[in-house]
Amino acid sequence: MSRVSREPRPPGTGVVPASTRRRIGLVGLAVLPLAFLVFFFAWPVLAIIGRGLGEGGVSDMLVRAQTWQLVGFTLGQAAAATVVAVLAGLPLAYVTARLAVPGRGLLRVLVTVPFVLPTVVVGLAFRALLGDGSLAGIVLANAFFNVAVVVRTVGGLWAHLDRRAEDAARALGASRWRAFTSVSLPALRPALGSAAAVVFLFCATSFGVVLVIGGARYRTLETEIYLRTVNLLDLSGAAALSLLQLAAVVAALAVGAAARRRREGALALRSSAETTRPPSGGDWVVVAAAGAVLVGLLVPLVAVAWRSLATSSGFGLDGYRALAGGGEGGVLRISVLDAALNSVRAAVDATVLAMVLGGLAAVVLARTRRAGATQLLDTVMMLPLGVSAVTVGFGYLVTLSALPSGLRDSPVLVPFVQALVITPLVIRIMLPVLRSVDDRLRQAAATLGAGPVRVWSAVDLPMSARSLVTAAGFGFVIALGEFGATSFLVRPETMTLPVAISRLISRPGELNTLAAYAACTVLLVVTALVVALVERIRVRSDTVGEF
Amino acid sequence: MTLTVRGLTVRYGEVLAVRSVDLAVPDGGVLALLGPSGCGKSTLLRAVAGLETVAEGRVCWDGVDLAGTPVHRRAFGLVFQDGQLFPHRTVAGNVAFGLRMAGVDRAVRDARVAELLELVGLAGYERRRVTQLSGGEQQRVALARALAPRPRLLLLDEPLSALDRELRDQLAVDLARVLAETGTTALVVTHDHDEAFTLADRVAVMSEGEIRQVDGPERVWRRPADERVARFLGCSLLVPATVRGGWAESVLGRVRVPGDVPDGTVRLGLRASAVRVSHGGRGDGTGGEATGEVLRRVHQRDHVRLVVRVADVGEVQASTPFAGVPEVGERVRLTLDPDAVAVLVG
Repeated sequence: MSRVSREPRPPGTGVVPASTRRRIGLVGLAVLPLAFLVFFFAWPVLAIIGRGLGEGGVSDMLVRAQTWQLVGFTLGQAAAATVVAVLAGLPLAYVTARLAVPGRGLLRVLVTVPFVLPTVVVGLAFRALLGDGSLAGIVLANAFFNVAVVVRTVGGLWAHLDRRAEDAARALGASRWRAFTSVSLPALRPALGSAAAVVFLFCATSFGVVLVIGGARYRTLETEIYLRTVNLLDLSGAAALSLLQLAAVVAALAVGAAARRRREGALALRSSAETTRPPSGGDWVVVAAAGAVLVGLLVPLVAVAWRSLATSSGFGLDGYRALAGGGEGGVLRISVLDAALNSVRAAVDATVLAMVLGGLAAVVLARTRRAGATQLLDTVMMLPLGVSAVTVGFGYLVTLSALPSGLRDSPVLVPFVQALVITPLVIRIMLPVLRSVDDRLRQAAATLGAGPVRVWSAVDLPMSARSLVTAAGFGFVIALGEFGATSFLVRPETMTLPVAISRLISRPGELNTLAAYAACTVLLVVTALVVALVERIRVRSDTVGEF
Repeated sequence: MTLTVRGLTVRYGEVLAVRSVDLAVPDGGVLALLGPSGCGKSTLLRAVAGLETVAEGRVCWDGVDLAGTPVHRRAFGLVFQDGQLFPHRTVAGNVAFGLRMAGVDRAVRDARVAELLELVGLAGYERRRVTQLSGGEQQRVALARALAPRPRLLLLDEPLSALDRELRDQLAVDLARVLAETGTTALVVTHDHDEAFTLADRVAVMSEGEIRQVDGPERVWRRPADERVARFLGCSLLVPATVRGGWAESVLGRVRVPGDVPDGTVRLGLRASAVRVSHGGRGDGTGGEATGEVLRRVHQRDHVRLVVRVADVGEVQASTPFAGVPEVGERVRLTLDPDAVAVLVG
């Protein structure tokens, strides 16, 4: 019988064992993201730390009571915000994951929008509601951001938990509450731990919110680093604080990674369609609680839109008209619209870059079989998420002097630093999907003659296409709103929208305030639209993701 | 066109999943790897496919060592227990996958897909989504997909185990026909001896990473190499016996044994189907046949299974047709069915 298939290679050409070749391939793929990380993250951060350490004074800083007060406040507000976010997120997670209620898609969009909103917008929203220098404002704003993390991480797992375990507990005589606390809650614990660790991390390193609301009264490590580097030029002090923050971040990441590892273990997961049912009885209490949280999430958003219209002489569109100009008294050197265009350009570049880097890293992480190597790479790639954006931004300024002048002044640095911020997110979105692809599917493709690259393009790529869209969409809006690091690198002509908003709000003049709120509203609407679009594409996908 | 495996060892950390295995599959032959779960048979199959790292030994095709040949260049087809069809492709897209990888023209590809779907009994299914197929249909598509690029060797990993019993029996017959019609050389992993005997012309019985016996189906069934193989093939009871002139004499009676069993002491491996309660013959202890008391009885598909207590032997599993089933507590006479008795020499 005739053979269509390939003949084997002649002996001797392939003496390298397949496992070795595979390892070399993976290392090769990991080189690009790691090199990027070294040049655009490790170098600037180490430069800052080295500079600080070089001048001595770190030990000075560490013995000062004021430093530990700062640490205490940073961790305290982060812990409080984490508790609030988890408590507020659980009812929403239950409703979106377990109940067949109308409008679940819209609910998911509304919950997700806060997470990708620019920090400046959220800061302004809570300032509009609670005023300047409010501790409650800081905690609530940080929690507001992160409710989405809890809902998506916990809800993502909850939607796939086999309902029959709870049914079995009920049949054995457990009340609904007992069944929840003794069966579902333990199963959800890994997701809860992972979500809480991430939320805590975000809250502890939150910058824009604390800067806008806390003003001079409340400072965290992050804003203190900023103030010391920018206003006081106290590099050694800033470096000491950066080191402290770095230690806290690594600890939180390690906890999160441990929790995640347990979660991706053996749980009886079902397709989510089988786990939802119409609400009944006690479910309505949860639905009511979720409704209350939802209102709480909407109020700040409405407040921003309302403030953008409320001029001193009644409602009007003055703020929106002002977007065409450079602010009252020429605060900005370019128009707000131009700033918006700058933002879009930078965010598109950053998204493309982050998709390449994050995609490569996710592929390597999904394929690596050694647990130790996986965890190390995972933690390393997540580091930019936790290290002070301010430290990174300032590190760029310090290391810039070593770069050729062409690159130093090039607008390319803004997308680079934004890519650094969103790459970890891209990895977190894509990795669970890639890991959920049955390895035997790849093996089936290989036995049919597909080499490693074709296996990837024929199996992994189509099966993770939706998560690619999700990652690109979320990455884009977060890059659009990135503030901490970007604010260091933009020049007046290349200013982005969030930076423009912060300049406008910090200057006197009613029109400046109106324009700031108007620009916030525009960002908000764009963000909501992108999230809605991503949700529409995601709805049919059925995977355990984190966001 | 021969697969040979020499001294193959696969290690999972400290555990030796496959220990120094030798085997060969000639052109057009079908070899079944039969054994209980965890005996290393799937690992052996995967090592042949190139999906496991080989610690020692060689996998050769026509004498050429495949150590340096990656999975996708071996041209060995693989069918998993649960199909592992590409969910984002249609039936035709799945079946044509290997042909596309080989760079076959579209027209040839389409013709070949139609030919294979016809072969597996799914003619006209090209445009269907694989997620809408039943388990049996999915497995047929998986078979067509693996056969489409005309693999040099087809590897089947528990191809029918995920299916209902009825479907399994039917598909086993179909699979045997497809293998014969296409003249495919194949290695089948299974824990089900019916499946192994239906599909294969040679059976290799594995246990704890080692191959205990390689023989034709009938010989494996009637002359298991050792006690472990006998027990795996359903012999719940082993009784000593003396062979003289083609007849074996034991405490449970006389039975004819295959002609090549030498005279002397052997052990008889008794399956429930080998011990018959003879109809109408209520035992009174005379005539040299064994008798016993019925302790329990269970209805099965096509017979009734009894547990009978026999003096000097203990509890014996026996079977009887539905007509005239003895009551619990009744004494019955037992006879041995030569077709179901296994003989262990030495």
